[in-house]
Amino acid sequence: MLVKLLSGDSPRSPLLALILLAILIALAFAPFLFPGIRSVDTAARICIFIVLVASYDLLLGYTGIVSFAHTMFFGMGAYGVALASVHMGRGFDALAVGTLAGAALAAVFAFLIALFSLRVRAIFFAMITLAVASAVAVLVSQLSQITGGEDGLTFLIPRELTPAFRFGDELFGVRLNGKLLNYYLVFLASLALFLLLLRIVNSPFGRVLQAIRENDFRAESIGYRVVAYRTTATCISAAVAAFAGALYAVWIRYVGPDAVLSFDIMLDILLMVVIGGMGTMYGAVIGAVLLLIAQNYLQELMGLGAGAFEGVPILPELLSADRWLLWLGILFVLSVYFFPTGIVGRLRQGR
Amino acid sequence: MTHPILETRDLTVRFGGHVAVDAVSCTFRTGELCAIVGPNGAGKTTYFNLISGQIPASAGRVVLNGQDITRAGVSRRCDLGIGRAFQLTNLFPNLTVLENVRLVIQSKRRMGFALFSTAASHVELTNRAEEILDSVRMMPLSGYKVSELSHGNQRKLEVALLIALDPLVYMFDEPTAGMSVDEAPVVLDLIARLKAQTDRTILLVEHKMDVIRSLADRIVVLHNGALAADGAPAEVMASDVVQEAYMGKELDIA
Repeated sequence: MLVKLLSGDSPRSPLLALILLAILIALAFAPFLFPGIRSVDTAARICIFIVLVASYDLLLGYTGIVSFAHTMFFGMGAYGVALASVHMGRGFDALAVGTLAGAALAAVFAFLIALFSLRVRAIFFAMITLAVASAVAVLVSQLSQITGGEDGLTFLIPRELTPAFRFGDELFGVRLNGKLLNYYLVFLASLALFLLLLRIVNSPFGRVLQAIRENDFRAESIGYRVVAYRTTATCISAAVAAFAGALYAVWIRYVGPDAVLSFDIMLDILLMVVIGGMGTMYGAVIGAVLLLIAQNYLQELMGLGAGAFEGVPILPELLSADRWLLWLGILFVLSVYFFPTGIVGRLRQGR
Repeated sequence: MTHPILETRDLTVRFGGHVAVDAVSCTFRTGELCAIVGPNGAGKTTYFNLISGQIPASAGRVVLNGQDITRAGVSRRCDLGIGRAFQLTNLFPNLTVLENVRLVIQSKRRMGFALFSTAASHVELTNRAEEILDSVRMMPLSGYKVSELSHGNQRKLEVALLIALDPLVYMFDEPTAGMSVDEAPVVLDLIARLKAQTDRTILLVEHKMDVIRSLADRIVVLHNGALAADGAPAEVMASDVVQEAYMGKELDIA
């Protein structure tokens, strides 16, 4: 049963299995294990980024395509939900329509970009995605009548998903309100999407993608139309990224260029996929958890450290909370140096 | 039994001013093993590339089984029955031996776009791949990554992939290149068995004259991109043009 859910792709390392199980349990019971607005918010972001990074891994790790437009697809899903909710009024129908429209738009964009660039050489794809993503980001911030411009859009989601909705008293000291339902919507949808991606990479189609990554020339000569496979993978990846974007919009109830389209998100995705391990899917889980926790808690941890070393020369300055990016950078360099195949790759080698 | 299966008509390719393959017209029949010989740079591999579609022809036609495939892409030609093995080993290095063969069978059965079933659930593909590996005695290696194999075994796998594809026309480009004296006969034996067991057409680029003598039904000689001789082995090997072009012997001017 479990093996079937994982599509036969087991973690293949006891330690990795243990870590993944711990992450699954932590995320499944996050509102109860880590009560508090901020920690639940971090947990929801982790769920969403796992899907986003996994969908990127389908492209980069499995097909060997570099794309810089993943944030754009993410943003399309988010804006889809926001615009539908603004124009159709709050409701689950608006969420569904917005999500599907966003995913469809993302797939169409991916299809067009792929058609124009993948026929030639994969490197052009990277450049074109960069250009299109920048153009779309500028467009979104300029078309303020439609998109709210730089300010973005705040919108209402169904009442059942907001803290105002109560459906019981407390359970283990946690308020049973719409925010809790919202978290579980995010968690379950993310889990389903992740399992779907895991299935796709382990399907006959996924094997073709790996063959293309290994040797596209030979894949073509044993009868696979490489362009068609690359294009399909790009569309799937874009649509799933849009789903992740829709979940994100529902969770934060706001969209704006900085929140869902900024290039920083693209960099985060790249870091997560590389640190976690490309071409493994599970790498997305490890990468997203590690980086988001670092981003959210490293600053505080360092603040504590700085306090502890007060009076010692240099150390407090080095550990000052403002230097957190420096440490994140050092962590990244070290992890790439010591785990060139990512953390998952390293754990699997260590068998 | 011996109807024409593959035909090239005035097949030509130019790279800038250089004519690499010059108006080669040739008809290959079912069940025939045809060796294509010629000195280095004669255009043998380029001729192969034109037939299997890796490079587009500047002029002329390629006709497979009555159908003009001059403009078809590589994967389309593969679908229609052209199977190509490469001179430099050209496999999927980080996938297992079994997976390499399985991918070929999966392609042949057109299951590449199956998205929502696991590859492992298609037992019939795995079984067929294991049969093929067994027939080339590579079953013990099935779990290894290709990059972990010896050069000789990689060449053998290259042949196995083509056997898995079972095309109408098998194209082997120097299948024993870079193999040791001990290893080469294994691959040649596979090709000899293939010839005995099927009525497929086999095109073979090869340098070793003894190999050609024992395997080929027919020899086509390319020289400077053009067709220099075509006929039964004994007759072609004795001809002046081969003595000069291929054996490097000066022609006696009488």
